[in-house]
Amino acid sequence: MKDIILKAENISKQYRLGQVGTGTISHDLNRWWHKLRGKEDPYLKIGDTNDRSTKGESDYVWALQDINFEVERGEVIGIIGKNGAGKSTLLKILSKVAAPTTGSIKSRGRIASLLEVGTGFHPELTGRENIFLNGAILGMTKKEIAAKLDEIIDFSGCERYIDTPVKRYSSGMTVRLAFAVAAFLEPEILIIDEVLAVGDAEFQKKALGKMQDISRQGGRTVLFVSHNMAAVKSLCTRGIVLEHGKVVFEGGVEKALAFYQKSSEDISNYFIENSQKEIYVKSAEILSDSNNFNSEQSISFKFEVGKNIVFKKNKYLLIRVMDNLEQALFSCEIELNYNKNIYTLDIPSKVLVKGFYKLNCIIYHPAVVQHDVINDCCSFAVTDNVKEFAHLETFDIGKVYIPHNWQ
Amino acid sequence: MNNSKNGAAPWLFEITPKNKFFSLNLTEVWQYRDLLLLFVKRDIVTVYKQTVLGPLWYFIQPLFTSIIFTIIFNTVAGIATGSVPPFLFNLASITVWNYFSSCLLATSDTFKANAGLFGKVYFPRIIMPLSIVLSNLIKFGLQLLIFIAFYIYFIVSGESLSPNFTLLFFPVLVVLMGLLGLGLGMIISSMVTKYRDLTYLVTFGIQLLMYISAVNYPLALIQEKMPDYSWIIDYNPMAYVIEISRYMLLNTGSFSVCSFLYVGVVTVAVFFIGLLIFNKTEKTFIDTV
Repeated sequence: MKDIILKAENISKQYRLGQVGTGTISHDLNRWWHKLRGKEDPYLKIGDTNDRSTKGESDYVWALQDINFEVERGEVIGIIGKNGAGKSTLLKILSKVAAPTTGSIKSRGRIASLLEVGTGFHPELTGRENIFLNGAILGMTKKEIAAKLDEIIDFSGCERYIDTPVKRYSSGMTVRLAFAVAAFLEPEILIIDEVLAVGDAEFQKKALGKMQDISRQGGRTVLFVSHNMAAVKSLCTRGIVLEHGKVVFEGGVEKALAFYQKSSEDISNYFIENSQKEIYVKSAEILSDSNNFNSEQSISFKFEVGKNIVFKKNKYLLIRVMDNLEQALFSCEIELNYNKNIYTLDIPSKVLVKGFYKLNCIIYHPAVVQHDVINDCCSFAVTDNVKEFAHLETFDIGKVYIPHNWQ
Repeated sequence: MNNSKNGAAPWLFEITPKNKFFSLNLTEVWQYRDLLLLFVKRDIVTVYKQTVLGPLWYFIQPLFTSIIFTIIFNTVAGIATGSVPPFLFNLASITVWNYFSSCLLATSDTFKANAGLFGKVYFPRIIMPLSIVLSNLIKFGLQLLIFIAFYIYFIVSGESLSPNFTLLFFPVLVVLMGLLGLGLGMIISSMVTKYRDLTYLVTFGIQLLMYISAVNYPLALIQEKMPDYSWIIDYNPMAYVIEISRYMLLNTGSFSVCSFLYVGVVTVAVFFIGLLIFNKTEKTFIDTV
């Protein structure tokens, strides 16, 4: 039997573009006049999609449109999408900070949200006082906080500073303390927005581990928004992909990530006519008709370099191969020759495992300057694994094959 | 089948576009009582941190204002305060007026000042203005102490002073005053979210309001000197609050049950209108503020 703890029904959220405050009284009056006559709100136009780059007709946009989903108890759901897809708006509505324009959310559990770490921290208060204040803001009672105080201080690793005003803390310490408070919240549903992007590597790992504990052992329901695909992959069981304020995919986290990757990466070949930069990447393309390769194919790229200066040596073209979790796998580099503009790169067969990839191109002078940086171009997919690994379809075998010998 | 069985478990709560017309969720406020107290503590403790005089500032402000008022209004302008020493007269008025004005000023900024906090986490929004009124009540209590100290000083030095038996009702008056400030503050704070102009209006409006609230002069004086315009003051509930509290504390001026009731009725009306508007605004303000 399904145990639905949270249900979103037809959630939509409308925002007004431009400056609020110019003509709002007249809009208010007009709206009120329509309402009085029992007519529809003249500013609620259905059907405009929220695409920030195109010019819409209405001054009002839908940040979210007809969002429907159900969450079962104990699920950890990752919400992914590009900037402006409506992720944060959705979380704001779920955490009761903003009201939906239409629709409703029904819940069977207490919701606590963590849209920002350290909300309500007061710089003049000591660490200990702030733990109580912040905990209470997040919905804990004084008693609950007192019972967990030692654990919180211990987790934050700020014991020595706990009776010092927070304004004397380093920013990292503030964040640690704030996350520690949040980590010991005990709501049935926890909503988290991008908070892992804080602290040093060690603390990020600790925070991620704590989140895993919360969701796995605690049986807590978690909704998690992040651009850190690796974190989403390791934490979540299910994924929801948002695009232009609509749910475009809902399902297992692996499939959701793959879907997101596909939809967001039509950034294939790169081309620029002219640039003011001293040396720049003029074009980057895949030398093939298709962006899909199987493991037996080698993959070739062509790069054209443009230049506005004369140089002799020490200028390098660096190509980084990135996976879909934004992690660099390996790099290839060549020193530029002033008399040569076109460079081709072959990545041999049987190097990359099944997955989605893209390139970063950087032209630089070591320890002096980065002339040009192209993020995200030439995306391509490797569609299968080499034969000897074909049976490990769902198992994580890493990202690259390395030639090796068994004795 | 599963669904029908599942549907039996009731939803704990529902998030909808609008609040019901009037839903003051007292149980929710009660759940967050610890937060309320922590906010009050924060407001009290942090105001004068890293100052040399610390909480003494609570006393310095009314004291000096009273001295200035005594010099200007009583010595220079010659406003008579009857048998009561002018300084004590002014100190009483200032202390009471300060409570009202600080309540109004601080609550009227609730949504704007806390937009960052309100935009990130949910708790019953009413907690914020409530905490402001409570922390101001504590400040008011402290300032009342300084008043009592001077009261005793003047008695010892031979002035004939005595409070009125109606002093018993002083706490009621204080509560009414707090609610009036809170109610007005909530109305203004709700409208500030859309129309920023009000912030500027409030800051200087409150100074003007002081002059028509009988803070520096006995109520009877204005009725005697400007009979044509005294209605401005006659309709102002704060003028009565000040006049009545002086009557209670210093046994000077006038008091009628009628004026007390008038204050009560206006306060309750303003407070409920304030609650209503605040309640309506709290869900949507984050999009307009």
